[in-house]
Amino acid sequence: MRKDYADVIKKIDSVASKIYDDLEKTEIPFIQLPTRSKSNIEFNEKFNVWKYGKNKIQRSAKSLDGAYMLLRTMYMVDFIKEMIKIKKSSTLREMYYISEGWDLAKFHSQNESNSLAEDLEVITSCMREDFKLRPEEDGARVIGNITIEEITRNNRKKKIHCQDDVGDSGYSIPYNVEPEKISFKSADVDFIIAIETGGMFDRLVENRFDSSYRALLVHLKGQPARSTRRFIRRLNEEKNIPVLVFTDCDPWSFRIFASVAYGAIKTAHISEYLATPSSQYLGVTPSDIENYDLPTDKLTKEDIKSLKSELSDPRFQDSFWKNEIKLQLKLGKKSEQQALAKYGLDYVTDTYLPEKLAEMGMIKK
Amino acid sequence: MAKITAHDLAKKQKEISVAEFFERNKHILGFGNPTRALITSVKEGVDNGLDVCEEVNILPEIYVEIKNHEDGECKVIVEDNGPGIVKKQIKHIFGRLLYGSRFHAIRQSRGQQGIGISAVVLYGQLTTGKHAKVTSKIQEDRPATVIELAIDTNKNRAEVISRDIVHWEKPSGTRVEINIMADYKRGKHFVYEYLQNTSVVNPHAQITFKEPDGTEHFFERTSETLPRESVEIKPHPYGAELGTLIKMAKHTKSRKLSAFLKNEFTSMGDRTAKAACEKANLERDLNPKEMTREQFLALHKAFKKVKIMAPPTDCLSPIGETLIKRSLKHETKEISPEFIIIASRPPSTYSGNPFQVEVGLVYGGNLPKDTTVKVMRFANRVPLLYQQGGCATTTAISSIDWRRYGFDQKSGKGMPSGPAIFLIHVSSTLIPFTSESKEAIADVPEIENEIKLALRICARKVQHHIHKKVKRKKTREKFELITKILPEIAKKSSKMLDKPVPILDAVITKIMDIVWIEDLIEYEKVSGKATEKPVQTTLLEGPSERHDSGTITKSKIMVVNYKRTSQKFNLYATIPKDAVVGTVNPKPVKIKSNYIKWNLDTIPSADKIDINFELAGLEEGDFDENDIYIENINPSYVIGANKWEGEQS
Repeated sequence: MRKDYADVIKKIDSVASKIYDDLEKTEIPFIQLPTRSKSNIEFNEKFNVWKYGKNKIQRSAKSLDGAYMLLRTMYMVDFIKEMIKIKKSSTLREMYYISEGWDLAKFHSQNESNSLAEDLEVITSCMREDFKLRPEEDGARVIGNITIEEITRNNRKKKIHCQDDVGDSGYSIPYNVEPEKISFKSADVDFIIAIETGGMFDRLVENRFDSSYRALLVHLKGQPARSTRRFIRRLNEEKNIPVLVFTDCDPWSFRIFASVAYGAIKTAHISEYLATPSSQYLGVTPSDIENYDLPTDKLTKEDIKSLKSELSDPRFQDSFWKNEIKLQLKLGKKSEQQALAKYGLDYVTDTYLPEKLAEMGMIKK
Repeated sequence: MAKITAHDLAKKQKEISVAEFFERNKHILGFGNPTRALITSVKEGVDNGLDVCEEVNILPEIYVEIKNHEDGECKVIVEDNGPGIVKKQIKHIFGRLLYGSRFHAIRQSRGQQGIGISAVVLYGQLTTGKHAKVTSKIQEDRPATVIELAIDTNKNRAEVISRDIVHWEKPSGTRVEINIMADYKRGKHFVYEYLQNTSVVNPHAQITFKEPDGTEHFFERTSETLPRESVEIKPHPYGAELGTLIKMAKHTKSRKLSAFLKNEFTSMGDRTAKAACEKANLERDLNPKEMTREQFLALHKAFKKVKIMAPPTDCLSPIGETLIKRSLKHETKEISPEFIIIASRPPSTYSGNPFQVEVGLVYGGNLPKDTTVKVMRFANRVPLLYQQGGCATTTAISSIDWRRYGFDQKSGKGMPSGPAIFLIHVSSTLIPFTSESKEAIADVPEIENEIKLALRICARKVQHHIHKKVKRKKTREKFELITKILPEIAKKSSKMLDKPVPILDAVITKIMDIVWIEDLIEYEKVSGKATEKPVQTTLLEGPSERHDSGTITKSKIMVVNYKRTSQKFNLYATIPKDAVVGTVNPKPVKIKSNYIKWNLDTIPSADKIDINFELAGLEEGDFDENDIYIENINPSYVIGANKWEGEQS
């Protein structure tokens, strides 16, 4: 139906070749890949996103764990090659279940198999989609004045207007949002608001914020899926629409913003596809807690640990984040988006968002 | 008030009878309460029985029975197969306090003070009013004498109530029956423990215990060899007190001071005697009987200033590593311990008294992991059941940081917790007990230190053992998995690339990158007439008796070189001192009493060497694990052996 997989097969074979050649030369086989951790991400000037640095780790058959990883890698590349041959795809979860039959190579949890799939992306510079692997999670919801053309499973082009052609739950972002699957026909909005919680997304929909403020509302569903981030990135890039991120006020939500704006640590190898460097954080900020006198909860031990870890996270090193994180540690409190309901159901759309948007220069006062 | 005169006081002054003395001091003699009284009574009887059997070289068979016919009253019966007691001595031995043969002798024995059994007779008499009954037979073809006796507490003399002659099956022996006030319910457990422990340190003894309800416990003999006879020695000058010195001088047959010193003391030769006299500023030909107190004092002081050889230590009779191990193994069968380790120290002395420490450690199996370790304390083969807290053994255990050796211990002090039983045996010509009840060894620094050293040796061996086991297990798992995983990796990759499967042996060797040592021990029963008597490969001193029949212990050590390069190193295998070395293959470079050494020739990469040796003079299970050491190779390359640290460990 679409692109040529010859290149993918070549890259996958090269993984098997590396191991085979080691064995033939009677060397202990190993694979090298970048360390995928906070300590090994660097800002990439070219793409304006955070990508993996120079630190490498070796998976060597010298250790038992390493040998297991190599065996699993062999099984996985073999499986991927097979899927490409027979023109099928599978979800990550399906692959995990299939791996149950891999004997010594089977995984202990799906996290392990997901993580190895990511490793393979890193090693081969292919994308998961090239491997015919799909994520489990469906994409998030979108409501606003844009028209999307999607190529459906029947291979038909279908135009969808994200207000008129959808119900109140909006347009659902498919797992594949590449040009071969969707394209943006028109977009008449001033900005995108990416919202963490479904409750707040529905509040804005019910209050018709998309119409009254010419906004495209995107529900992130917590830590956003790759397709959601890719969708936002493409709209920002192709239609030049500014992106604002609206989340709860706690360390985990700050990480949601970071993954949208700077790239997530786990997917730093493809940050330039997924991250939208110009994204801005709208709120709720720790300052908002004070300024709007919001109802709060006490920070837990984990919250505090996480905030402190963010202080050493290279992605949070600008003065805005440093000040806000320090302020939150000082307050010892956190708050939720929906805490704004303290002042009534319309307060967020009538007062909070307009004030914040004006402050950020998105709308005129 | 009228003035009290010396005459008035004199009216009140009179001899204290032994009964009164006993009544007031019964707690320090081990009769403090009805439970203690029961155990002390059994103990005194059993100790006597064992001592007397050993003195005449008879393998002891001890029979203990307790009858509990009335509430609070027990009849304790102890019977031995010793030489018996001549008729006229019976009343003295059982009916007089402070009467005995061992009090004056300086040698290792269980009883020392001569209070023992007569105190039990007195206690029984005082608490029940009943007489003790003693049966004794001294010759196989003669009848036994039965004497019923009481103690005249005013005179400290026995009063014979009745005398009879009976037929007794035994060739010879002694049987005592004493009624005492005792708490059987509470004491039962202790009696059992005492007898069991006694059996552990007296593997040559067979002990039967019959409970009031008829239940019989049988503690088997695990060794047919009597302990080495303990030799009587003369006092050592370092240990002699001034009073003793004066008394000895009064009774000596020597007419000159130098002769007195040489004849009556141990470790005194011409030179030391001369040096002592010079230091004391005394003429050597002084008549010791005419010396003044001041002269004795000077001599006593001079002893401390002169360098005198340590006393001979052949007067001690330690149990020996193999026998301790065998006994512990036998007694802990139900626990199925992971291993048993024994460490013994060479003899040492304190204040002129020789002593020796032996320690055993039972580890793992069904032993609870989170409770305090169990300690079995022994002095001259007698179990110590009480006052553990005040004992030198406890002080020694508590002062070691057991956390280093894999035990739990709060702040590195006090009693450790872990799945272990400690056995500590101190043998000495004079055990320094904290009190007359002989339940705890006093904190003598020399003794405490020796206990500590022995415990440390054990602890290190435990650590080695665990370490070796863990390492071996890990490596074996790795090896097994690598030999499965790697071919799979090869198969998958070659299938994907459509190429032939590569040969993996060299890669597997590179991955393992170790020298693997594994061992196996087998036993082979041989009959007494067997002609395949093990051939000794070297001239080795050792017992020549009783190793021509019994069991041959066959040890096999396999050394596999999984390193990339060929290896050459020395290998040591430790062996029990009391074993006789048979066939050894390949030819060793050295056979010592406690180890065999090989210089292994170059072992090429991926090649292996088998080492075999045979041991005789041991029973099955005495040697159940090889202790292998290596030299001239990085120890971290080797799995299954530790670094050779020299001969002493």
